[in-house]
Amino acid sequence: MKIKITTKELKSDFAKEVKERSGIDVKKCYQCGKCTAGCPVAYEMDYMPNQIIRFVQLGLRHEALTSRTIWLCASCITCSTRCPKEVKIAELMDVLREMALEEGVANPKEKNITTFHKAFLNSVKKHGRISEFWMLSEYKRKRPKTALQDIEIGPQLMLKGKLSLTPHDIKGKKSIKRIFEKFK
Amino acid sequence: MSKKIGVFVCHCGTNISATVDVEKVAEEAKKNNPGVSYTTTYKYMCSDPGQKLLRDKIKEEGLDGVVVAACSPKMHEHTFRNASKKAGMNPYHVEISNLREQCSWVHPDKPTGTEKSIDLVRMMTEKTRKDKSLNPIKVPVTKRALVIGGGIAGIQAALDIADAGHEVVMVEREASIGGHMAQLSETFPTLDCSQCIMTPKMVELAQNENIKLYTWSEIEAVDGYLGNFDVKIRKKARSVDLDLCTGCSSCWQVCPSKKIKSEFDMKLGNRTAIYIPFPQAIPSKPVIDREHCLLFKDARKKNIPPNDSKVCRKCLDVCPIAPVKAIDYSQEDEIITEKIGAIVVATGYKELDDTSMYGEYGGGKYQDVITGLQFERLASASGPTEGEIQRPSDGKVPEIIVFIQCVGSRDPAKGCSYCSKTCCMYTAKHTMLYKHKVHDGHAYVFYIDIRCAGKDYEEFWLRAVEEEGATYLRGRVSRIYKKGDKLVVLGADTLTGSVVEIEADMVVLASAMKAQDDAEKFAQKLSIQYNKDKFFSEIHPKLKPVESSSAGIFLAGTCQGPKDIPETVAQAGAAASKVLALLSADELEREPVVAKVDRLPAPIFSTCIGCFYCKRVCPYGAIAEEDIKARDGSVIKTVARVNEGLCQGCGLCAATCRSKSVELAGFNDEQVYAEINSVEFS
Ligand SMILES: Cc1cc2nc3c(=O)[nH]c(=O)nc-3n(C[C@H](O)[C@H](O)[C@H](O)COP(=O)(O)OP(=O)(O)OC[C@H]3O[C@@H](n4cnc5c(N)ncnc54)[C@H](O)[C@@H]3O)c2cc1C
Ligand code: SF4
Ligand code: SF4
Ligand code: SF4
Ligand code: SF4
Repeated sequence: MKIKITTKELKSDFAKEVKERSGIDVKKCYQCGKCTAGCPVAYEMDYMPNQIIRFVQLGLRHEALTSRTIWLCASCITCSTRCPKEVKIAELMDVLREMALEEGVANPKEKNITTFHKAFLNSVKKHGRISEFWMLSEYKRKRPKTALQDIEIGPQLMLKGKLSLTPHDIKGKKSIKRIFEKFK
Repeated sequence: MSKKIGVFVCHCGTNISATVDVEKVAEEAKKNNPGVSYTTTYKYMCSDPGQKLLRDKIKEEGLDGVVVAACSPKMHEHTFRNASKKAGMNPYHVEISNLREQCSWVHPDKPTGTEKSIDLVRMMTEKTRKDKSLNPIKVPVTKRALVIGGGIAGIQAALDIADAGHEVVMVEREASIGGHMAQLSETFPTLDCSQCIMTPKMVELAQNENIKLYTWSEIEAVDGYLGNFDVKIRKKARSVDLDLCTGCSSCWQVCPSKKIKSEFDMKLGNRTAIYIPFPQAIPSKPVIDREHCLLFKDARKKNIPPNDSKVCRKCLDVCPIAPVKAIDYSQEDEIITEKIGAIVVATGYKELDDTSMYGEYGGGKYQDVITGLQFERLASASGPTEGEIQRPSDGKVPEIIVFIQCVGSRDPAKGCSYCSKTCCMYTAKHTMLYKHKVHDGHAYVFYIDIRCAGKDYEEFWLRAVEEEGATYLRGRVSRIYKKGDKLVVLGADTLTGSVVEIEADMVVLASAMKAQDDAEKFAQKLSIQYNKDKFFSEIHPKLKPVESSSAGIFLAGTCQGPKDIPETVAQAGAAASKVLALLSADELEREPVVAKVDRLPAPIFSTCIGCFYCKRVCPYGAIAEEDIKARDGSVIKTVARVNEGLCQGCGLCAATCRSKSVELAGFNDEQVYAEINSVEFS
């Protein structure tokens, strides 16, 4: 995809907004690329992690928020740990994911990942922790194309007690609910 | 009596011994060579024990000739000659056979390396046999320095020399000293005001009793040599008598010719025809710009002496000095000669002003595309806008400024391959100065690399980005065009792989630091060398960084290459210390390896036929014409004579002379033929 940067992007408040939401100052990044060099999923990404930061620096909102990269990021935090300028890249990816969902521009190619994230959170919301069985069934119901994926390891996991049918709610379920309400 | 020669073959660690069988070379040196009475090899001849070995053997073996087969004579000839001198031998009986640079390093295998080394050593033994004792030439020293150029480099050097108690003559071609530093607004990396740190130094220089200052003056000619230069200085007609004028300012206030572009303000402001370049000028006395003065224009048109013109004379009329006015329209250039011992060249740089070579940036047509120094003047409190950032075309405060780095630098296609070294830093500074003055302004910088490698420099430019909010875009700008009152800048950001299009109000070009326009001519006047970019050359980039190619002439500041103020001042101090070392002796010793034109008894006097081909080829101007006169004073013939003080022993004259009248001490024909004849050609 060809990108054109104009005065409009350069003058936009995207970086400021990101900073207000996350405390991350992307101006600190000097584009050394160390984050990209250590990222375990960089090979799959459409833009390298350092490019995502560059997009934020230059006000390229659309490029950053519609990228697949922000969804492919596995939140392993290797990048943040190794960044010489202490930029919290992994955390930045989180904020960008939130913004993408809010604005309804999340990359459609990565719908599986968004659905998975949502199923994960729904499960936590309901039980205070995840119930692997119910989380997976929600995910597979919403993404029918994935229904048969990895199905063969199901029985094995069940036998080992890793896919319990009855969810085990935690004691502080109510507090967890409150957290969710607070961050609606 | 034939000489007793010792041959010392060095291993140079394994530098030589890896491809040369040093033992065999030593052995062969003795064979069929009755003169060689002692040979040895040693791991490092230049080391302390190596030199001791040389000294001891000279004494023990009674040697009166030495061949050291080692590295290039450029490296250690001096070392070994000194060592032999300590052992009581005349040092000019020591010769160096270069087995390293000219043999072991260039030959991959031992047999050829060894064979060639044997030849090289034999050649030098034959030369040594014919060496004569030579004694250093002693020249008296004039304890007086000349500093050319009154920028910060010249000022620093002059003050350092004067403070050590020596007289200094300073020659500055402009009406005031100060150079470029006086034009700067604030200086990186501390952002202190340039004038505030510069003016005290200028005043100090003016008040220093050891310093004689010639402004509005230029070097006409430099004759003589190290310790004994004769310098002709042209004091250009200033039309104002510096002794009478008090700098009262009456004249430049009344001058009706007011619309002349001020050079000091980089043409962004105006000045009068009689003017001081800037308020803090030293001397703070005016000069008449004869090209623009109405009176001189009229005189030229009518072809009459300026004094006869009645067109203006306002400055003269208002001048309060009596009975003789300080203004003198009939003043003419004056040539002054000064005797000088050592010279510091500090003629500085010029900013690339020929932006027309960048047609793609408007070729100098767009008023709001300005240079770095123009921005300095805009940001300066004493500048044409009193420090307010206003664009030249309409005085509007720019909301968006684009800065373009490396303009004219690192651009081989435009004939300039080097990095100007200061522009990354001054551009970062410019973005800060702009943001300090225009808080909601946007600064965009196009760059290819950021080169901020000084102390506190990295932190400085990062401050421009992180704290002041300048946005850096990695790429060069390919085009600027006008759209309404905006300048559209087309660039790229290679980090995102995108094209960038910015509608700017003003563009600042970080223009290259270039050599002065007249650098080449000036260098030829002083017989100093310069590089492809016309910056003056030091003799050794690492070990002799302030020495020019001519003995007694030193380099300081940006005339030698782009640099910032801290580096300029450090180099000026270094040049001053070299001058002081020279001036501290009453007599100087010079290498006796100089040329000589023969002198014979009458009626021949000399075999020189006076063709003066030698004079034409000598790069140091060391050949003089000498009249041989009869008793009655009539000239019998004119022949060449070598000025020993100037001769650097290059030998060009000896090689050129058709009548074989010139001989280079230590390299006479007999010696050179002996070397050549000793080679066994197979
Ligand atoms: C836009 C810009 C901003 C800069 N900002 C900074 C900064 O913030 N900090 C910093 O450290 N550096 C800065 N620099 C670099 C700084 O200008 C130089 O390092 C410094 O001025 C060099 O001093 P100089 O004495 O070598 O040369 P110059 O200042 O050029 O002085 C040379 C003097 O010699 C005179 N002269 C020339 N030829 C002759 C001749 N033939 N006979 C007699 N006199 C002669 C000239 O008239 C002049 O007075 C900046 C440079 C630029 C272009
Ligand atoms: S490692 Fe840090 S400084 Fe380097 S590119 Fe990544 S975020 Fe920027
Ligand atoms: S946190 Fe995301 S971007 Fe950073 S290294 Fe891990 S996967 Fe890559
Ligand atoms: S004669 Fe007139 S124009 Fe010339 S410098 Fe004097 S006042 Fe200016
Ligand atoms: S100092 Fe910076 S801007 Fe100047 S030429 Fe070098 S790299 Fe380019």
